[in-house]
Amino acid sequence: MSIDLRAEASRPAAPAAPTARASDRPAHRSRRRRGYALFALFAFPNLALIAVFAYWPIVANLYLSLTNWDFISPEPLFVGLTNYTSMLASPSFHKVLWVSLVWVVVVVGISLLLGVLLAALFSKKLPGTSVVTGIVFTPHVVSGAAIAVVWLFIFDPNYGLARVAFNLLGAESPSWTTDANWALPALLIVSIWKGVGFVSIVYLAGIQGLPTDVLEAAKLDGASSFQTFTRVILPLLSPTTFFLVITQTIGAFQAFDLIAVMTNGGPASATTTLSWFIYEQAFVRSNVGLSAAAGTVMFVLLMLITVLQFRFVEKKVHY
Amino acid sequence: MASPLITRSSTPGGSSGEPPADGGPGGGVTRRGTRRRPSTLKRTWWGYLLLLAVGLVFLIPLYMLLSTSFKTNGDIYSWPMKWLPSELTVDNMREAWRIAPFGAFIKNSLIVTVVGATLKVLLAIFAAYAFAFLPFPGKKWLFVIMLGALMVPGHVTLLVNYITMGNLGLINTYAGLILPGVASAFGTFLLRQHFMSLPAEVFEAAEVDGCGHLRRLLSFTLPMSIPAVATVALVAVIDEWNNFVWPLIITNSVNMRTLPIGLMYLKSNDGLTNWGVLMSGTLIVVLPMLLVFLCAQRYIVSGLTGAAAGNGR
Repeated sequence: MSIDLRAEASRPAAPAAPTARASDRPAHRSRRRRGYALFALFAFPNLALIAVFAYWPIVANLYLSLTNWDFISPEPLFVGLTNYTSMLASPSFHKVLWVSLVWVVVVVGISLLLGVLLAALFSKKLPGTSVVTGIVFTPHVVSGAAIAVVWLFIFDPNYGLARVAFNLLGAESPSWTTDANWALPALLIVSIWKGVGFVSIVYLAGIQGLPTDVLEAAKLDGASSFQTFTRVILPLLSPTTFFLVITQTIGAFQAFDLIAVMTNGGPASATTTLSWFIYEQAFVRSNVGLSAAAGTVMFVLLMLITVLQFRFVEKKVHY
Repeated sequence: MASPLITRSSTPGGSSGEPPADGGPGGGVTRRGTRRRPSTLKRTWWGYLLLLAVGLVFLIPLYMLLSTSFKTNGDIYSWPMKWLPSELTVDNMREAWRIAPFGAFIKNSLIVTVVGATLKVLLAIFAAYAFAFLPFPGKKWLFVIMLGALMVPGHVTLLVNYITMGNLGLINTYAGLILPGVASAFGTFLLRQHFMSLPAEVFEAAEVDGCGHLRRLLSFTLPMSIPAVATVALVAVIDEWNNFVWPLIITNSVNMRTLPIGLMYLKSNDGLTNWGVLMSGTLIVVLPMLLVFLCAQRYIVSGLTGAAAGNGR
């Protein structure tokens, strides 16, 4: 995260310097105090809400993960690490982790691949490109629940587009969302469809921000456009790729609305990701402790991934 | 796929101005000259084809949504598929409204979106001003701690936030729907960066003239920051309107549901698969944000590409 602390440090220094000695004077001290008070008034509501609704949950979640509770009984019962040990030993939770892994790797991998190819197409600036970029970005601003319903219709094996597509290939459409083998692919397709436009726009911004002299030089040296793309443009885009891998991974891990509307985690838990598991355990089965433990697992996983990516990137992302 | 696309254009005949090679960056240097020669069109025809195909992949589902909403059941459930409706009907819309209280859903979504987004923007503006211009001991660290919230996955906070709202007696209330979402780390960050890029002379002049901080914020900072504030506001509106998992958890009566949850309610109450009715309901959910997006595409794209880092916070 690039926090611009330098600008901050230099800004107050300028007016402060001439009055350094004067700051001891009572008038100055009271003015500074008024500044503190105003800062508190302006910034503390926001900071307090962040503390209560973003930081406190992490702490409380950790505690809850060491208890058994059903929302109803007066006190959570402390059970130590039982939730973790039973969860990590159970094959069904292994499957949850596996489905999550497949989800994240496939969605992030294919979105980035298609996204960068789309961006290369868009960067040619053919007439009509801006209309298409607008269309491609649209699913990103539309409710995931709505998109899920539209795709349920598309996947309808009797009256949906899926039947049209499969008939063209001379085959019968599977009943996507109710078939344990096809439900996860169906969700992955929708997830990629919803997110790839966003990825392509970010990549497009990256391509348009590339230094033109490098590209000119590549061309003068006789590099083919394919070579320019793979050897010059892609490496130059590695900061963009890094940003996208992190944000898309975090987003993919928390994917929820598509699952909730299209499959409810089924059939036979074929589409139960970690995010669905966390929800289901808490709000369907009232297993607060187990849900909290799974939440902690997700938190730790995402932290690990972020840290690893930053470590990796220190070595790899450069021009 | 895209690589041969580019290969074509590096034929030696062209000067450095060959457009398809590097339309983006290179075009900036050697933009002048006649670009649309017939040969260019010939070389890029399948670029257009790809563009068209990509557009269709994203348009067709939207077209299915729109057309099915107004198709009769006879058209929807016929095979081979009828791409064009033989007649238009609003029966689906009427039926959706009969099955589910869409009036209440719309009202709830509007309240949550308007109040939530307004609060979020106000909190972000004041906090950003404080971080940009006001003194406080340890301000830098507070800023870093605030930004750290961007790293907290929202999904992990659901359970505890639900319990917190339960303790406050706010389950199934508007306050419960709105409150956990109004804190803004990303918006504050974006606005603060913008405020600090404003010309310092203006603020010095204002200070010399005896303007207090509130006056400086309202009369100088905000008027100079309208695009940045609009970006933060639009992102907030889209997030609030589309938010799914929190409204699902925090409300428990049909009449308190927001539109995305209402849509799920419609889906489970419309008989088996009544696609016309379902698409009508979906259209109600989708249309407002489509219109917002059409009107303010530029702000939204720039805002959302930035907000991706922010996890919607």
